[in-house]
This record gives sequence, C-alpha cells and structure tokens, in this order.
Amino acid sequence: MFADALGRTGALLLDRLAETGRLWSLALIAGRQTLVGPFRGTPVRVGEACRQVIRSGNQSLPLVSLIAALIGGILALQSAYQLRQLGAENLVADLVAISVTRELAPLMTAILVAGRAGSAIAAELGTMKVSEEIDALTVIGVDPISYLVVPRILGLLIAVPCLTLFADLIAVVGGLLVGVLVLDIGIGTYMADTVASLVMEDLWGGVLKAFVFGGIIGLVACQQGLSTRGGAQAVGRSTTTTVVRSIVLIIAADLFVTALLYVRNA
Amino acid sequence: MTVAAPAPRATDDLAIRVCGIHKSFGDTVVLAGVDLEVEHGETLVILGGSGSGKSTLLRCMIGLEKPDQGTVHIQGTDIFAASESRLVRLRQRLGMAFQSSALFGSMTLGQNVDLPLSEFTELPESTREIIVDIKLALVGLEGAVDRLPAQLSGGMKKRAAFARAMALDPDILFCDEPSAGLDPVTAAGLDRLLLQLKSVFGITMVVVTHELASAFAIADRLALIHKGRVLITDTPDKVRACTDPIVRQFLDREPEEIEDSHERFRQFMLDEDEPGESGDG
Repeated sequence: MFADALGRTGALLLDRLAETGRLWSLALIAGRQTLVGPFRGTPVRVGEACRQVIRSGNQSLPLVSLIAALIGGILALQSAYQLRQLGAENLVADLVAISVTRELAPLMTAILVAGRAGSAIAAELGTMKVSEEIDALTVIGVDPISYLVVPRILGLLIAVPCLTLFADLIAVVGGLLVGVLVLDIGIGTYMADTVASLVMEDLWGGVLKAFVFGGIIGLVACQQGLSTRGGAQAVGRSTTTTVVRSIVLIIAADLFVTALLYVRNA
Repeated sequence: MTVAAPAPRATDDLAIRVCGIHKSFGDTVVLAGVDLEVEHGETLVILGGSGSGKSTLLRCMIGLEKPDQGTVHIQGTDIFAASESRLVRLRQRLGMAFQSSALFGSMTLGQNVDLPLSEFTELPESTREIIVDIKLALVGLEGAVDRLPAQLSGGMKKRAAFARAMALDPDILFCDEPSAGLDPVTAAGLDRLLLQLKSVFGITMVVVTHELASAFAIADRLALIHKGRVLITDTPDKVRACTDPIVRQFLDREPEEIEDSHERFRQFMLDEDEPGESGDG
C-alpha cells in the first residue's frame, strides 16, 4: 500500500520533471529562433506577432476591464473598513493604487489572459497537431517553432504588460468611483493621493511581472498545444492543462519576482 | 517471400533509398528492418493492411518520424544526418499529400497553396496568384481559391492537398492513403489525377494505400508490407502472380483465421461466465 503510493508519487514527480524539461527546452528553442534566427535567414515574423498582440488583447480586454474595475472597487471598500478603525481613511487611495499596480493587476490580468488567450492558443495548436497541419508545415520546410510558437509568445510578452497597465488604470478608476460615491472622499483628494502614493518602481515592477507571466502563458500554451496527441478529447485536455498549469506557474513566479524586487528595494 | 534485390545501386542514382529501418513505439515493433529503393520517375505503391506499418514507414521516409535504426537517403542526402538548412532545401523538392489532407483550416485554398511559394520564392504576389490558379486548375479546383477547407467535400480536400504539395513543382510526391474514405468514383478520379501528374511532370511518387484497385491502377512497382517487413517488391503483374500465402491472402481479400476467432469468442464468453458461477456458489 505504502509502496504503491510512493511509486505513484514518484511517477507523478518524474512526469512533472519531464514536463518542466520540455517547457525549458521549448523556451530555449524559441529563444534561439528569436535571437539567432534573424542571422540565419529565418527572421522573426513581426507582422504575425503584432496580429497575436491584437488578438490576445482583444480576447482579454473586456474581461480584464470588468474585473479590474470590480477589484478596484472591492479593494477600496475592504481597505476603508479596516482603515476606518485606525482613523486612516485618507490612505484608501494609496492602498488601492499600490496594491493594484504592484500585485493585483499583473496577477489578475495574467490569470484572465491564461483563461482566454492561453487556452485559445493551446486549442488552436492542439487542433493543428491532431489534424496533421503541424506535420504539413514541417514537410513544406517551414519550422513550426518560428512560424507558430515565436509569434504567439512574443504576442503575449507584449500584450500582457499592456493589458496590465490598462488594468492598473481601470482598477484605480474603480477604486476612485467607490471612494467618491460610497466613502465620500473628494475626487480631487483621491486623485492627488493616488498620484502622490505611486512611484515609477511600482508601475515597472508590475510590468516586469506581467512580462514574465506573458512568457509563462505563451510557453505553457504552445507546449501543451504541440504535445497534443489523439483527437478532440486530447485538445480539450491540453486546453484545461494550459489554464491550470499557467495559473500555478504564474503564482509561483509571482512570489519569485516579488521576492527579487523586495530584496532589491530593501 | 522477399524478392532478392539486384546488384546494389549507388545512393545518388536513386530517388529514395531506405536501408534497414527499425521503428518501435514502446514495446510494439512497427517496422522490423525495411529496405526499399525508388527509382527516379517511378511510382512505388506501398500496400499493407491496417497496422502493418506502412504509414509509419512513409513518415520515416519523409523525416517526420526518426527511425530507431537504419537510414533514409533522398536524392543522395541522408535525411537524418543532414544539416537543418540542407533539409529545408531538400524539403522544397518534396511534396506530401496527407491522409487527412492537413489543409490549414484558418487559410483559404489559395493561401494554402501560396504558403510554400511565399516562404521559399521571391516571386511577386501577382505572379504567385497566377501560379496558385494554375495549381488549383491542375487538380480541377479552379474558382475555389477563396474557399475555406471546411467548405469542401472530402474529395475536394484531397485534390487541394495535391495542389499544395505541387506548389513548388516537387521532384518527389508522397501520398498517404489518397483514396481512403472516398467513394469509388472520386477515388478513381484521384487515381487518374496521380497518373496525369506523373505523365505530365514525370514526378517520382511514393503512395501508401490499402486500396487494391487504386494500387494496381497507379503503381509501377508495388511493395507489400506485413508486420513491419516488406514481403515483396515487384511490378503489379508479378505481385498478382505471387503465390506467397500472406500475399495471396491480402490480394484475395481473405479474412483472418475465422475458426480461431470463433474459438476465441467462445472462450471469452466462457471466461466471462465463470466469475458469476463461482459467485453464485
């Protein structure tokens, strides 16, 4: 019984290690194609990368806007409840602005993008894999990594930071609306507090996180899509795995990047 | 029965040379030492039943599957030892029509056929458009340039796949089950198309199929593969006259060991009954 459980745990661990290895391998190949490819006659497909930015952005923008506004409002209400007990309601705007830009906007945006754009990429590449379209590209002589993977990863590397900056703005507006309409804070005071509390490092820290998260979503989605084997069921499995694995890795990376930024600023 | 190969030929003289290919997936041996040679301009049809290893052999021949052992030379190039750039150049001289057609679902037929042209030629767009129209007309799909693969019938998809495979005027065309899943009339139309492509362009063809009528209609030589080994490679007439029992079974469409199957079924039913009986007792 114990040996069985140990064996299963070991097998699962090995499976996860192999999966991580495949992810790194894809990252290295895609990185080499992006950096070295242009000198070997396979330039980065800038047009396709731009299309991916627009596509990922369009897919996620409405949802990111809605959730950002709601989070901003919720954060204002929750912080006001706590701060009122300390007589520090004037810090609501500061708290909303800092927690949104440093933490919540990049994290929430990345999770939403993983659910919308990441799953869409995994489903698209998975369908191409099972219908032999990836093989067809290889036989034609077109490298699927430079043709499909690199533009999608680049697209997300650009789209997620842009969406995060947009989410920063919308969340602050959400907090401002709640602050002005519910908490009776003056609009001018709220805006002045927000501007005074924010430093560029908060914004850039959030953007850096979003950049890392974008890379994670792109890599996981492409790796899952390209490793799809079987039929429609396998495509569904790849899509689900992409979302779950992306979220886990995003949160793990968040801790890592936050720790790095904290150590740097300490 | 394996027909003995004549004196060895230089690899450069042949369109394709396959030497001692072994391929296994886990414990399942799919190819167990396959040797084949394809002359320039000939049509070799690889015949075999389901699971015989013929599609895996084709995937090894085109470089989509790396064999565990053995080599594949195409026009003198060892495709598993060649550099990436050499392989890309070689692939431009090859065409492949997949069993599932493998047309890019997000592109129109015109864009599908144009992809190899836009990737590997410096031709202006207007010239490429003319070539795309010519290639589609070649397979009887003139006027379908703006249609998406999802809007086509199975036969039209296969034809479109041939048009894309022919985009760069390849020297060698590989076809995986070109007539599988098609009605006899459409299948015969595809056979005629392959014969026309060969007579007009003199292309070397490797066709994998299990359809006997198609195989005998288009082949210069046939290779019958069974359990990962080539049983016979010869002209259609000689294959038809072959007396090897496995070859005969395949050509005469004889089912496998019916009595054994009945016995296995009877045994299976008995085994199923046993736990219930013991449970009752």
